[in-house]
Amino acid sequence: MDAATTDIPALERDLLARIDQAGDEQALEMLRVEALGKQGLVSGMMRMLGAMSPDERQRMGPLLNGLKDRVGEAITVKKAALAEAALEAQLRASAVDVSLPGPRAYPGAIHPISWVMEEIAAIFADMGFVLEEGPDIETDFNNFTALNFPPKHPARDMHDTFFLAPDVSGERKVLRTHTSPVQVRTMLKQEPPIRMICQGRTFRKDSDATHTPMFHQTEGLVIDKTSTMADLKGVLMGFVKAYFEVDDVVVRFRPHHFPFTEPSAEMDVRCDRSGGVLKIGQGQDWLEILGCGMVHPNVIANCGLDPNEWQGYAFGMGVDRLAGLKYGMPDLRDYFSGDVRWLKHYGFSPFLLPGLAQGL
Amino acid sequence: MKFTLSWLKDHLETDAAIDQIVEAMTMLGLEVEHVEDPSEKLKAFSVARILDAQPHPNADKLRVCQADTKDGRKEIVCGAPNARAGLVTVYAPIGAYVPGSGITLEARPVRGVVSNGMLCSGAELELDADADGIMELSDDLAIGIPIADALGLSDAVIDFEVTPNRPDWLGVAGIARDLAAAGLGKLKTKAILPVPGRFGSAIDIFTDDASACPVFAGRMVRKIKNGPSPDWLQRRLRAIGLRPRNILVDVTNYLSYDRARPLHVYDADKITGAIRARLGRAGESFKALDGKTYEVTPEMCVIADDARVLGLGGVMGGEESGCSDDTVNVLIESAYFDPLRTFQTGRATGINSDAKYRFERGVDPGFVVPGLDLATRMVLQLCGGEASDMIVAGDIPEGPRAFAFDPDRVRTLAGMNVPAAKSRTILRALGCDVNQDSEAAKRFLVQPPSWRADLQGPADLVEEIARVAGFDELPAAAPPALASGRRPPSSVGESRLRIARRALAAHGYLECVTWSFCARAHAQAFGGGADALVLANPIASDLDCMRPSALPNLLRAAQKNADRGFPDARLFEAGPAYRHDGDDGQVRTIAAIWKPAPKRSWRNPGPPDLFDIKADCLQLLETLSAPVASLQTSAAAPAWWSPGRSGALKLGAKVIAHFGDLHPRALRAIDVEGPALAFEIFVDELPAPRARPTRAKPALEKIDLMPLSRDFAFIVDDRVAAADLVRAALGADKALIADVTLFDVYRGAGVGEGKKSLAIEVTLQPKEKTLAEGDIEAASNAVVAAVMKATGGALRG
Repeated sequence: MDAATTDIPALERDLLARIDQAGDEQALEMLRVEALGKQGLVSGMMRMLGAMSPDERQRMGPLLNGLKDRVGEAITVKKAALAEAALEAQLRASAVDVSLPGPRAYPGAIHPISWVMEEIAAIFADMGFVLEEGPDIETDFNNFTALNFPPKHPARDMHDTFFLAPDVSGERKVLRTHTSPVQVRTMLKQEPPIRMICQGRTFRKDSDATHTPMFHQTEGLVIDKTSTMADLKGVLMGFVKAYFEVDDVVVRFRPHHFPFTEPSAEMDVRCDRSGGVLKIGQGQDWLEILGCGMVHPNVIANCGLDPNEWQGYAFGMGVDRLAGLKYGMPDLRDYFSGDVRWLKHYGFSPFLLPGLAQGL
Repeated sequence: MKFTLSWLKDHLETDAAIDQIVEAMTMLGLEVEHVEDPSEKLKAFSVARILDAQPHPNADKLRVCQADTKDGRKEIVCGAPNARAGLVTVYAPIGAYVPGSGITLEARPVRGVVSNGMLCSGAELELDADADGIMELSDDLAIGIPIADALGLSDAVIDFEVTPNRPDWLGVAGIARDLAAAGLGKLKTKAILPVPGRFGSAIDIFTDDASACPVFAGRMVRKIKNGPSPDWLQRRLRAIGLRPRNILVDVTNYLSYDRARPLHVYDADKITGAIRARLGRAGESFKALDGKTYEVTPEMCVIADDARVLGLGGVMGGEESGCSDDTVNVLIESAYFDPLRTFQTGRATGINSDAKYRFERGVDPGFVVPGLDLATRMVLQLCGGEASDMIVAGDIPEGPRAFAFDPDRVRTLAGMNVPAAKSRTILRALGCDVNQDSEAAKRFLVQPPSWRADLQGPADLVEEIARVAGFDELPAAAPPALASGRRPPSSVGESRLRIARRALAAHGYLECVTWSFCARAHAQAFGGGADALVLANPIASDLDCMRPSALPNLLRAAQKNADRGFPDARLFEAGPAYRHDGDDGQVRTIAAIWKPAPKRSWRNPGPPDLFDIKADCLQLLETLSAPVASLQTSAAAPAWWSPGRSGALKLGAKVIAHFGDLHPRALRAIDVEGPALAFEIFVDELPAPRARPTRAKPALEKIDLMPLSRDFAFIVDDRVAAADLVRAALGADKALIADVTLFDVYRGAGVGEGKKSLAIEVTLQPKEKTLAEGDIEAASNAVVAAVMKATGGALRG
């Protein structure tokens, strides 16, 4: 082809129109070879530039280069468009019914008892109480004698104790009736000052809607040289405010008797039961929530400390009941039945954190 | 225990309203259960007089009465045989609810005659079991007054609980003393004057065992006339739920509640020879007042005469020596029985009497003699007769000891500011003798009264002062700052359980809390059930053994859910299992079960199998920072796991976890339908995290060189464990080999009988320089050699 005589704009129009109409990548490739390949139209004309006069070359060079660039660009653009279209078509072909179900999801949850024990531990941890531990199967000494229940005393009967079979030496282990033996263990192993809580399973032979043969307690113990019942009240008011998430709370200490504390008290909080909903902190009713007192001098002495030097306070609360009061779970027996309906309904998300930072 | 307001006012001069009294009792430590006003349910009923009673025209047994009532003259149809003109009785108007018959009265004809109300029996008012006829009231009662007033039943009854440290509260006088100390009124319990004896007792009294019965006081009263008690006494007893019997019995019951002083009255004519308190002898028995015969043991304190056992001291008297309406001569007993022995006798016999309840808590030793005088005086007043001299056998036990008390202890122990003078006043009001201690000017020397054996030291007095002054005065202090630095608030084991709960709940498991006990047969099916872990007194026969694992309880829970129509349970429990009864016999475990329901899926993924649960187990271990890469997997799980489809994860000799299919036999033993997958992690066996001096983590080692991988297939004996092959490959060049993944298991054509092909992908991570062909070749050869050595297998051609 003679470049000088060829109508370059017409050629360009023709090539661009054919590129635009190329139906697939193969047709486009054939066009590229025809126009820009080594033996292609544009390449052939470019080769003739060398035989031209300088003036002619001056004129034709840019024309041919422009043609080459624009055709090349058009091919690239078209090629991308064809690839996109091919991908679209391929994806359309593999479409499915997205409303079909995926694998079965299992709901998971944390048991309210675990949750509430963590809540309580978080509140006391913030006040500097360390969690101590002890076993569920206890000696008679740790569960009773050290705690100022004299051997064979009727007060032991009030605990409805579970006993294990006597061992070869005749010693009869008990299932701890309260978590207080952990206080005993802590005092026996650790020099005061002590500021601890303990939590866990406790056992009494009793069963109805408000008593289960296994239940949970949290207890606290402070031993130092100066703590008084007023400190105890301050700590417990702090706890009640944090646990029930109320700013203001009215509490009263009501005298009571426990063998292991002297003076002893039960703590009640003001509540309102009207309308079937329990509101803590307001109202005209009292709700008993825990027992407490100053550690009995005999207990301090039984744990190897001098009661003339050390004093302190202890408190204990029923976790199951506190959980029920806060989260509205009426029947304690349900807690331990493993009924998935109950667990899903009352259980807690693992992604919440029971801590003061997040809010309980 | 119960008492009535008017009874309290025998001992306490007060204008306080019932609400104030209840509040004061509560704040003194007496837990009031409820207050009942008996006049409330009787308020519709009033006194009426029958003016005329004529036979009913249409019924033989009915009468038509004209009665004078508070509503004027009424015509009332009555079926009682004692309905007669002139009788003063009880009237209920139309509209009244009659509690004994459960009906509300309507004006309607009875056999054609309209009855404008009702004349009532004691049973209809729930005052009496007897329903023979309408009530017969005293003639002098004013017509129209409320029946509660007429019968003296407008007295509020207070029902309360007494803590075991306060036996003195088991008498109304003791409660009055505390209320007076708290400022509710003035104590006015009358002093007891000794009753002089008129003759020497014909019956001698001894106590043979000073520990079981340190003192036994008694005296005779002869020529008495027993019979029904006067109205006031009957009313009092009835109001607190006791049935009046006769004067002698009623007097002992009355003083038991009035003064917490149990007594016994014997028919003196039925006693042979002397009477003595002694220990029982094997083979003895007696018939008690409850009609039952009890065997006596040498641990029990009995009261006996020369012929036989008359009763169990402090627990219950005998039928044969008891008093009847015909009794003429009596012996009244006032003794002190050892609390512990009384308690044990009560437990051994199952008897729970008012006397036992008081003696086991400790009666006032100082009231043995005055109590006898008081009882004697009442018997003389109500039955006549004359009293003998008093015989006091044994010695009155000593009361609580005196001790020094610094009144500032109220401030330093209770945190309350009570002036010393007020403390002294309170202690004196409670019966303590308070003097200045001669050794220290500001200290008291306190002698507690005989009835307060619980006051043994300063802390006890602080409680007395604090509760009488009122806990309302107790300030709340801010918790003081910690004396020492903070420690981690919980142990590693506890933290791991918390993490495990979150991880498993996030992974679709529901947390359960199940009993620490299970049926012994269930425990045995899961490796437990040892004698030492069996409860001597289980609450139910299927909860008689400490669990060896939470698995049986979780599986039972899953089965119950399935039975309710909710199969496909994924449950876990992070809690204790019990190996033995020693201190370290309790282990922390995480048990998880998956009891899959046969579910169909359009994607046909196949049912979950042990590798699903194994993956969950390993993922959890990873979350708990266990050294998962170092765990050895073996097929050696205990008997309750399915052989060949379960395994153990071990770290050296320590078993970290079991996982897999549970054995059908174990499932059958606990009545659970299989299949069921499970794992159990023994948290305490996990190595403790390494203690680090700081929270800072070591620097990240990031290598820029590309890892590369090579695949190998080995033909090995079918018995070779894949994990062994993988471990051998991993160990072939520890510096270079970063990971080995098993991706194919093939049995069949081309592999040979009894063989399998295991294919692995080995990842090489160069650390210093890009690997040359020779390095890769060397590493490959090392892998092949290591695998062949460990498994006896060969590279697949």
